[in-house]
Amino acid sequence: MLPASRFWPMKDSQQPAEVCMTNCPTLIVMVGLPARGKTYISKKLTRYLNWIGVPTKEFNVGQYRRDLVKKYKSFEFFLPDNEEGLKIRKQCALAALNDVRQYLSEENGHVAVFDATNTTRERRETIYKFGEENGYKTFFVESVCVDPEVIAANIVQVKLGSPDYVDCSNDEATEDFMKRIECYKNSYETLDETLDKDLSYIKIMDVGRSYLVNRVMDHIQSRIVYYLMNIHVTPRSIYLCRHGESELNLKGRIGGDPGLSVRGKEFAKSLAQFINEQNIKDLKVWTSQMKRTIQTAEALGVPYEQWKVLNEIDAGVCEEMTYEEIQENYPLEFALRDQDKYRYRYPKGESYEDLVQRLEPVIMELERQENVLVICHQAVMRCLLAYFLDKPAEQLPYLKCPLHTVLKLTPVAYGCKVESIFLNVEAVNTHRDKPEPKLERKTRSQETAGQPGEGN
Amino acid sequence: MGQRRRGSSPVTAVVITVVKKTPHLWWEIDLTDSSLFFSEKCSIWGLEELKYSSSSGRVCMTNCPTLIVMVGLPARGKTYISKKLTRYLNWIGVPTKEFNVGQYRRDLVKKYKSFEFFLPDNEEGLKIRKQCALAALNDVRQYLSEENGHVAVFDATNTTRERRETIYKFGEENGYKTFFVESVCVDPEVIAANIVQVKLGSPDYVDCSNDEATEDFMKRIECYKNSYETLDETLDKDLSYIKIMDVGRSYLVNRVMDHIQSRIVYYLMNIHVTPRSIYLCRHGESELNLKGRIGGDPGLSVRGKEFAKSLAQFINEQNIKDLKVWTSQMKRTIQTAEALGVPYEQWKVLNEIDAGVCEEMTYEEIQENYPLEFALRDQDKYRYRYPKGESYEDLVQRLEPVIMELERQENVLVICHQAVMRCLLAYFLDKPAEQLPYLKCPLHTVLKLTPVAYGCKVESIFLNVEAVNTHRDKPEPKLERKTRSQETAGQPGEGN
Repeated sequence: MLPASRFWPMKDSQQPAEVCMTNCPTLIVMVGLPARGKTYISKKLTRYLNWIGVPTKEFNVGQYRRDLVKKYKSFEFFLPDNEEGLKIRKQCALAALNDVRQYLSEENGHVAVFDATNTTRERRETIYKFGEENGYKTFFVESVCVDPEVIAANIVQVKLGSPDYVDCSNDEATEDFMKRIECYKNSYETLDETLDKDLSYIKIMDVGRSYLVNRVMDHIQSRIVYYLMNIHVTPRSIYLCRHGESELNLKGRIGGDPGLSVRGKEFAKSLAQFINEQNIKDLKVWTSQMKRTIQTAEALGVPYEQWKVLNEIDAGVCEEMTYEEIQENYPLEFALRDQDKYRYRYPKGESYEDLVQRLEPVIMELERQENVLVICHQAVMRCLLAYFLDKPAEQLPYLKCPLHTVLKLTPVAYGCKVESIFLNVEAVNTHRDKPEPKLERKTRSQETAGQPGEGN
Repeated sequence: MGQRRRGSSPVTAVVITVVKKTPHLWWEIDLTDSSLFFSEKCSIWGLEELKYSSSSGRVCMTNCPTLIVMVGLPARGKTYISKKLTRYLNWIGVPTKEFNVGQYRRDLVKKYKSFEFFLPDNEEGLKIRKQCALAALNDVRQYLSEENGHVAVFDATNTTRERRETIYKFGEENGYKTFFVESVCVDPEVIAANIVQVKLGSPDYVDCSNDEATEDFMKRIECYKNSYETLDETLDKDLSYIKIMDVGRSYLVNRVMDHIQSRIVYYLMNIHVTPRSIYLCRHGESELNLKGRIGGDPGLSVRGKEFAKSLAQFINEQNIKDLKVWTSQMKRTIQTAEALGVPYEQWKVLNEIDAGVCEEMTYEEIQENYPLEFALRDQDKYRYRYPKGESYEDLVQRLEPVIMELERQENVLVICHQAVMRCLLAYFLDKPAEQLPYLKCPLHTVLKLTPVAYGCKVESIFLNVEAVNTHRDKPEPKLERKTRSQETAGQPGEGN
C-alpha cells in the first residue's frame, strides 16, 4: 500500500492551518493600580496564546526592579517624589522594553505582554511611540476595580508570598502594600473614552462584570478580547481523566471505537463513587462521541454532554494497528513521528497541532464554566493538560496521562494546583516516552516497553 | 453514529426502515448492554425500525430561552443586526427568529401616511404602536415557549427605560434570559447611508420620491430623540447588554450571563459594514472527479488546471483591492491557488467532508457495499454522518471559525470543496439545514457574494472550462428502489 505523498511543491509547505494572526507583532500593555490582576491576566493570556500557537512572552517590570534593587525596603520606594525610586523604575521599564524589542524583532516573537502599572497617560504615550517606531500594534488591557474585598483577596493570594515581603508578617505586608497602592492613586489616569478614543484597548471593570472595548484592529486583538471576556476568577476545579481501559487498549491497538474492558467498566464505577464522594457543586460532565468515554460517563448516572471535538486524535491509516504493525508497514512515518511528535500528522489523520486547534473551543468553554469533569482520551488529555500547566509543544505529546487516574486541577495564585488520584483499578500502560535518538534502530524487545496506546 | 444525551430526551429522531439485511453492517453495537444508545431495545437483524437521535454533540447553548432586545433610534442598524444575528445563530444550530415590530405596525395600519404617526403626543399612534409591541411579544412567547425556539430577537426602538422594563418583566415571567443590544450612532453620514440603503425602498415610502422619503424619515427620527434613554452604566448596571458605538468602533459589554450571550457578543464585535465581496469557488476538476469517486486527495485533471489559469485571469480582471486567498490543505485546492501567483493561506478546517469508510468510492460502490448507509444519507443528508467520517452538521461546526474570520475580513477568495462551499453559501444566503446539502455548487464556477441592504447579492460566473457534474439532487422518496440506471444521473462527486 503506497503511503500517500506528504510532500508536494507548494509555497507554504507544512504550514499549520492557522489564520495569519499577526502581520506585525503585537505589544499588549497592561494598565492598572497594583493588585488589580494585571499579572494574573498577563500570565494567563500568555499561556493561552502560546498554547494556540502564537509565540508570546510576558515582561514584568516589577521583576526587573527586583533584579536591580536586591532588597525591597518599603512602600516609600514608590512615593511619587522619591527621585531615586523614579529613576530606577524608569530604568527598569526601559530595560523591559528593550527586551520586548529583542523578542519581537529579533527572536520571532509575535506578542509581548508588557506588565506594569502604566497608570499615567505620559507613560503610555512613551510606550505607544516605542511600539510605532518598531512597527508593533499596541493594545492596552486595563483592569479597574474598586471593590475592597477583591483587592484584599488579591493581596492575600499573590502579594503576601512575594519576594518583596519575604521577611514580613502578613499584617506588615498588607499594610505596606496598601500604602504602595496609595502612591499610584493620585497620578492614575484611567483610559478615557474621549481622550484615548484613538487607542485600541479593553477596559475590564470589576473582575469582568463589564468591559469597554475600543478599536479592535485585527484578528489577534479580537481573539484576545474574546478570551479576556470569558475568563473568571470564581473558585472551581476541573477534573480530567481518560475513559476506562478499552478492549483495544488490552490488545495494544491504537484508536478505533472500542467499548470498555471488564476493568474499564470497573473504573467507571469507581469514578462514579469518587465523584459522589467529592461532593462537587453543579458538576458538568463532558465526554467525546466515542463509545469508551460515553460508557464511562454512563456509569455516573448524571447528565453529560458529548463533544465531537473531544474525540481521540485520528491516526488515519494507522488506526487500530499495534505499535509493531505501524513500524512494519509505515517505517518512515514511524520515524518521522518520533522526530516531531507534536507536528507529525498521521497520513489521512491528525497531528497534536491539529488537536490543539480543534480543542480551542473546549478550552474557551472550560474557562467560562465552573466545576467540570472531562472524560476524554490520551492525546486529547495531553493537549488540555498542557494548556492548564503551561507545557510547551515539545513536551505536550509526552505528558503522562495514565488510564484510571483523575487529575484534579484547581487554579491558585498565578497557576494551577494538580492532584493526581489513581482510582485503584489496574490498567495497561499506554505511555511511550520520547525515544532516544539513535543511528541504528534497536529491536522492540530492547526498548523499555509500555503497551502501545491510543495513537501514543 | 453520534448521538446526544441531554437529560433523557433526544433532540431529533430519525426513523429508518431496514430494507434488506446485509452482512456488511460495519458498526458494532453491544446490544446486551441495554443502557446504551437506543431509546428502544432492538435487534438489528430482524427489525424494521431503529430509532436513534443524532447530533453533533454541541455544548448546551441555552438552558432557558434567550430574548434579545434591540435598542436604538431609527436608522441605527437594529434590523440589520437582528437579521444578521438571526442568520448566524440559525446556521450554527440555535433556532432563532426575529420579530420586527415595524412589520406588525405595517400589517395593522395598512397605509403609512407620515412621520406624524410617531409624534410623542399622537394618542392614536401610541395606542397602535403599543398594541403591535404586545402582539409581537405574544408571538415571541409562542415561539420560545411552545415552538422550541431558543432565541428570539425583538426588533424595535425600545428607546425608553419604561418600555425596556416592560419587556424585561415579560422575559422574567416567562423564564427567558434577556439581553439588550443597543446601537448608538451620531455620525450623520452613516445615518444618511442607512436611509438610502434600507429606508427609501421600505413599503412605507413606496409612493414617495427619495427626497420626500428622506425628509419624512429624518422627522421620524426626531420624534424619538426627546424621550431616548440610552443604556446607562449606572442606572442599567444590573442588565445584560452590549452597546455598540459608531458602527463598531467601540463596545460596552455588561454582565454577560452565559455561553450564548458570550457567542453573540463575540459575533457582534466581529461584523462590520465596510463594502467588500466574498468569492467562493471549488478547486478545479480533479482526477477523482473524472472517475466519479468521492473524497480522497487527488490532484487536478487537465481541465482542472485550465480552470486554475482561468481563475487567475478572472481575479486579475476583477482588480480586487487587497484580496486574501484561502484554500484547504488538500492538493486540489492548493494546486488551484498556486496558479494565481499570490500568497494564500491554508486552512485545515476547509478540507472536504470526510466520507470515512466511503472515501474514494464511486456512487455505485457505496450503494453496493453500504446500502443501509446510502439510504440513511438520503433520508437526512444534513445530519447523516459517514461511518468514521463526518456529517454536514459536523462541517458547519468546524467551519464556524472560517465564517467568523470572513466576517472580520474584507475581500476574500475561498477555494474549497463542494460540501464545504454549500455550508458557507447556506450561511450567506440564509438557507436552512434541509436545503443546505442540495445547494448547487458546480465546478469551475465562481460565486461572488456582495452584502447589500439586509442580505447578499449573488453573481454566478462560470469560467468557461468544462467539467463533470458532481451534484446529486434529493432523491424522491420511494418504497421500491429503482435501479441506478433508472435514476437521473449526475456523476457522483465529493461526498455528494
